[in-house]
Amino acid sequence: MSDMTETPTLAAARGPFDQDWRKVVNWGLILALALVFVSLTDMPEKLDRRIIVEPLLSMGYLSLIWIPIALGNIVTREIVLEGMTAHKKGPRELVAGLVVGAIGGAGLALLIWLLDTRDLSDPLVNWNDALLEVLTFSEGVGYGVVFWILACAGLGLLGGALHVFPPLVNRLLLAMSLTIVLTASLESALDDISEGFRLEWLFEAIFEQNGGVSIQGAIFLALFAAAWVLFLGGQAKKGRAVVEAKREESPIAVNTIGLVLIAAAAIILPMLLGRLTNDLLSNVGLFLLLALGLNIVVGLAGILDLGYVAFFAVGGYTAAIMTSPSSPGFSPELPWWVAIFVVIFMAIVAGLFIGAPVIRMRGDYLAIVTLGFGEIIRLTVRSDWASGFTGGAQGILSIPSADIFGVVTVKGTDPQQVLYLVMAFVAIAIYVSWRLENSRIGRAWMAVREDESVAEAMGINTVNAKLQAFVVGAILASFSGAIFAAKVGSVFESSFKILVSIVILVIVIVGGMGRIAGVAAGALVLVGILGGPNQPGLLAEFSEFKLLIYGALLIWMMLKRPEGLIPNVRRSRELHQDEFLQDAWLKGQVDDDDGDAPSGEVAPA
Amino acid sequence: MSKRLLDIQDLSVSFGGLNALSNLDFHVDEGEIVSVIGPNGAGKTTFFNMISGMVTPTSGDIRFRGESLLGLDPNQVTARGIARTFQNVRLFANMTILENVMVAQHCRTRQGIVGALFQTGGFKNEEREIREHGEKVLGFFGSRLVGYRLNQPASVLSYANRRRLEIARAMATKPEIILLDEPVAGMNPKESEELTGLIGKLRSEWGFTIVMIEHDMGVVRDVSDRVVVLDHGETIAQGSYDEVSTDPQVIEAYLGRPAEEAS
Repeated sequence: MSDMTETPTLAAARGPFDQDWRKVVNWGLILALALVFVSLTDMPEKLDRRIIVEPLLSMGYLSLIWIPIALGNIVTREIVLEGMTAHKKGPRELVAGLVVGAIGGAGLALLIWLLDTRDLSDPLVNWNDALLEVLTFSEGVGYGVVFWILACAGLGLLGGALHVFPPLVNRLLLAMSLTIVLTASLESALDDISEGFRLEWLFEAIFEQNGGVSIQGAIFLALFAAAWVLFLGGQAKKGRAVVEAKREESPIAVNTIGLVLIAAAAIILPMLLGRLTNDLLSNVGLFLLLALGLNIVVGLAGILDLGYVAFFAVGGYTAAIMTSPSSPGFSPELPWWVAIFVVIFMAIVAGLFIGAPVIRMRGDYLAIVTLGFGEIIRLTVRSDWASGFTGGAQGILSIPSADIFGVVTVKGTDPQQVLYLVMAFVAIAIYVSWRLENSRIGRAWMAVREDESVAEAMGINTVNAKLQAFVVGAILASFSGAIFAAKVGSVFESSFKILVSIVILVIVIVGGMGRIAGVAAGALVLVGILGGPNQPGLLAEFSEFKLLIYGALLIWMMLKRPEGLIPNVRRSRELHQDEFLQDAWLKGQVDDDDGDAPSGEVAPA
Repeated sequence: MSKRLLDIQDLSVSFGGLNALSNLDFHVDEGEIVSVIGPNGAGKTTFFNMISGMVTPTSGDIRFRGESLLGLDPNQVTARGIARTFQNVRLFANMTILENVMVAQHCRTRQGIVGALFQTGGFKNEEREIREHGEKVLGFFGSRLVGYRLNQPASVLSYANRRRLEIARAMATKPEIILLDEPVAGMNPKESEELTGLIGKLRSEWGFTIVMIEHDMGVVRDVSDRVVVLDHGETIAQGSYDEVSTDPQVIEAYLGRPAEEAS
């Protein structure tokens, strides 16, 4: 056994028909179900307008074709435990992929045939001719059936072949396809950005006039990606290693340079970006601000707050009432920067008011109660009782631009200025998160998260600590609300629905709980690309499938990467405790009980 | 006569008809090391939970330096100067070793959110003091918990080191009494011998008063000034180890059992 750990040897490849047929058929049926399901969500038709490579591929077809590749690959994935040997990959993997793909394709073919002959549009709203047209390429049922069986078999084969290709080829394929798909998805943003950088010529070279990457453009992108993987990737890695090494030597200098670079980018970028991108980024920023606040509450203190939108609403409505001349009940028409102090005050009051009864509970109970309070705040705003101040369902209109110390006025209609304002507050939130995490109160929050009763026995007033986390989170959320009010110019209770809470939570979880960069990545992906609860993202067509994608993403993340996109080291350790310990043990970092009696320390009584 | 630190009178607690402890009288003087022994289910841990405020007694009184601890939350009890460890080691497993002892100084420190945000001088000084005290406490266990270990998560520690860190964490709260709940459970003979020595040092060098639940009679004999024996929630004997170990009631209830503890 010992020689195996030295050089992993591969057992001989198994014969092409030496298959676990049951497994292959199972995965084939799963593929068929997945293809039919995606078709019936109408993604192929609704996303058909978003073209990726003109005229070959649209987002609609992409929503189908990635599935056979993925499942054709998964079916022969071998789990190799320590001390066992993997089999050499060969024709067996190809056959399995091919069969899975063919079964899946047959499922889709069956759907096409049924679409043509039966009418099930009663329960299945998307059962219509338009879907049939898309699936058969308007060439008739026979063409569609044959095409999909062959295509899926081919894609499944490709999936299986990924096991056989050398790793470099896989990396190249992945980089090329990702580059093309991402570039095409970001088309409108790139269009917008290319103007600021005077790169219209590049944009026009890559994209077709009526959307989508041109074939030449796709080839160019693929070559670029390949070049990056082959040559530049290594250089970038080397560069990073150099920076890391320098950072070890003089951390303060390198960090300062990094900070200056980021600040410079934050100041210069909005000038170069176009309206659309700036607007998109300010939406991302608003949600990032919310997510950073929730990250303190959930990520640090471990309080699962499902009613976080309440504080967003408090911020929005307080700012609206304080600044808008058309606020129905009480209208002091304060400048925005003065109103922000009232907003902070109200957020503290609301945080204490909601927190005090809720915080004594633990775990699931707390989550449910916060969920209730989130809705209570919204319904109160809407009620007859409060509508004298909040305008009820009519909301509050004509909220003036955000006035900063009477020096600058941030017009809501100018996304560039809004982005600066949002970034300033995001910077504050990041600073607050960073400082608090490394402080007495931050450690108390972590202890409460780890084990509440022990934290209490160690002298931490847990109610107090949790309440402080709640209030800090509330203040950050209220900032976001106040900016939101000034940006949009109006507030309605419908902007503060429960969905907002859920989106923020998904951002925190998908991004990586407890880590600032993770939360930023989460906000960028979810709000920037897919869109927020009421804000369109880059891929406007996706808004219909947003919740489906959120859900799928959340499930996938929980199964495969519970620590989030960019994990917090600590949290990732928590979730992969066993692997981590094994790892530490292999590196010899875990001490065993007997080995380490300290010299001269034993002092018997 | 030395000063009476902890005085427990007529303490009873019942959980739905089951008397976990009944009419317990108990006292600890300053500088004593008292062991509480008894068979499983005798009510020893419940007794600790009551002193530390995690369980509220049904009747009776717990007085610390003459003041009643009844009705105080666990964190307030800790702030008064009573720290504890747990039988089933309960560290903050994903915090580093240093953080574990830093967070335990919470009730001895003051700085809040404002200090942390503005990095005031007071905040920085306090952080430094917290850190220094933490390292000093960890240093009590030799080189085991310091050095490169400081920034490792508590979860990588061996079982014996986790027990040591539990004690360090209790020490970090700057208590007067430390309640040790089976400090050597699961340790091998060499390790328990070493820890026995350290328990003695906790008193002689750090001035702590110690109440200890322990099953290992060797350890009990070596360190205790006094032994209290509980069985079925009642005190059946008190006195020096020799007195207790010859008490017929105790032998019947506990030591008389087949050879498991016959050391």
